[in-house]
Amino acid sequence: MAEASLHEKTAASKDGPLLNVRGLEAWYGDSQVLHGIDFDVKPGEVVTLLGRNGAGKTTTLKAIMGIMAKRKGSVQFQGKELINLAARHVARHGIAFCPEERGIFSSLSVKENLLLPPQIMPGGMSVEQIFELFPNLKERLGSQGTRLSGGEQQMLALGRIMRTGAKFLLLDEPSEGLAPVIIQQIGRTISRLKQDGFTIVLVEQNFHFASKVADRHFVVEHGKVIDMIPNDQLDSSIDKLHAYLGV
Amino acid sequence: MFEIFGIPSQALFGQLLLGLINGSFYAILSLGLAVIFGLLNIINFTHGAQYMLGAFVAWMLLTYFGIGYWWALILAPVLVAVTGVILERLLISRLYQLDHLYGLLLTFGVALIVQGVLRNHYGISGMPYSIPEELSGAMNLGFMFLPVYRGWVVVASLVVCLGTWFVIEKTRLGAYLRAATENPALVGAFGINVPRMITLTYGFGVALAAFAGVLAAPIYSVNPNMGADLIIVVFAVVVIGGMGSILGAIATGFGLGLVEGLTKVFYPEASSVVIFVIMAIVLLVKPAGLFGRAS
Repeated sequence: MAEASLHEKTAASKDGPLLNVRGLEAWYGDSQVLHGIDFDVKPGEVVTLLGRNGAGKTTTLKAIMGIMAKRKGSVQFQGKELINLAARHVARHGIAFCPEERGIFSSLSVKENLLLPPQIMPGGMSVEQIFELFPNLKERLGSQGTRLSGGEQQMLALGRIMRTGAKFLLLDEPSEGLAPVIIQQIGRTISRLKQDGFTIVLVEQNFHFASKVADRHFVVEHGKVIDMIPNDQLDSSIDKLHAYLGV
Repeated sequence: MFEIFGIPSQALFGQLLLGLINGSFYAILSLGLAVIFGLLNIINFTHGAQYMLGAFVAWMLLTYFGIGYWWALILAPVLVAVTGVILERLLISRLYQLDHLYGLLLTFGVALIVQGVLRNHYGISGMPYSIPEELSGAMNLGFMFLPVYRGWVVVASLVVCLGTWFVIEKTRLGAYLRAATENPALVGAFGINVPRMITLTYGFGVALAAFAGVLAAPIYSVNPNMGADLIIVVFAVVVIGGMGSILGAIATGFGLGLVEGLTKVFYPEASSVVIFVIMAIVLLVKPAGLFGRAS
């Protein structure tokens, strides 16, 4: 039932999705984690992937990015098929990835971490603009990357991909393990990015955080998208969502 | 002439200089091993053969083409690096998904083949390679005579080692290298061509070994076994310094050369084993090595 309504909804959004994922499957070694993920993202949209631990949300981001070695199905970005491309070629299409563990390099200084990702296309933020957004970073440029607090590391992880000119961001749990005041700051940053025309796929466990920044929510379970809930119907769907997430 | 601890100063400084020379080779070779291990995660057992190839190519350039030492110092590392790049692309790159042991076995096998072929062709008696004219002779330093070529070896290897350290620790290229050593998948997701970086890094590590080989050619005779003899000690140096630390590899290389030299003065019987004794102690006390980070 949920599946049928989902297909209607996705079929209805035909005004050229920026990202169109169809039947995406992925494996860790021999064990299949994704069993046919379907969802799409329109230009300028913020969507979340919600779901329990182990549902396949992070793997979905990694499979889109081309980090998963074994994957099948279709990932179309701006109409181009990416499923067979290595991660570095996916990145060159203007897609940037911020991993769950943040991926700050301990053998690099904050400055080196910030400047590491090469500029893929013009239009990225300048370092000054990133400092405006995250003033903490400016004061810690010489520090070892992993000496930063969790919140500062998240800012660094976000800041460095904003430099690249990529306008499509895959963010894996940017709020995880952070203090409420920092989560608010990250939330404001995501809203600001949306205003600036970024398109964002967000994996989130923090449902409250997700509801403040997203346009649509896709519910992932056992490696499939089982429902889509527009953010404005969130309140009316809250019981259903709680059942999905088991909260 | 004066005496220190009952040892004539000439003997002491002479042995210290020899130690420093050996240390120079230890440093360049263990540096190359550390750079390769850091990014490729393989222990490059071909390193000794590649060092020997550096010396051989220098000798061949001179013998067959009349190309002298200074050109050989540049050409031999480049040529041997090209063979390294081919080796990495053709064979080593197929093993990254497997256990480290396979990389070790492959590179060990390649080393045996290269050494065997050259032994078959040139024998093991060794061929002389004369010191270039500009670097022959000796300088009187007041407290000892310094053969110019030996001084040059120490200076050249210091410059190359510190230059390598600078590039890896202080430049943007080095930042890519350090980042890819930590998390190659993420660096690839930034749009950086990690496989090409791995290939070039291997080539660079091999070029370091070949450079050491050219430096060594006028000091030791050029023979197919010169690398096999040296590389065992170099692996001990790497274990003592700790894999993956650039400055650690350099400091340990020079330091252990000096320790070896001092042992030759004070207790010559132990000079050939002292490095291995230190290795055993370091493994017991600090298994990750003096400069290594425990993982």
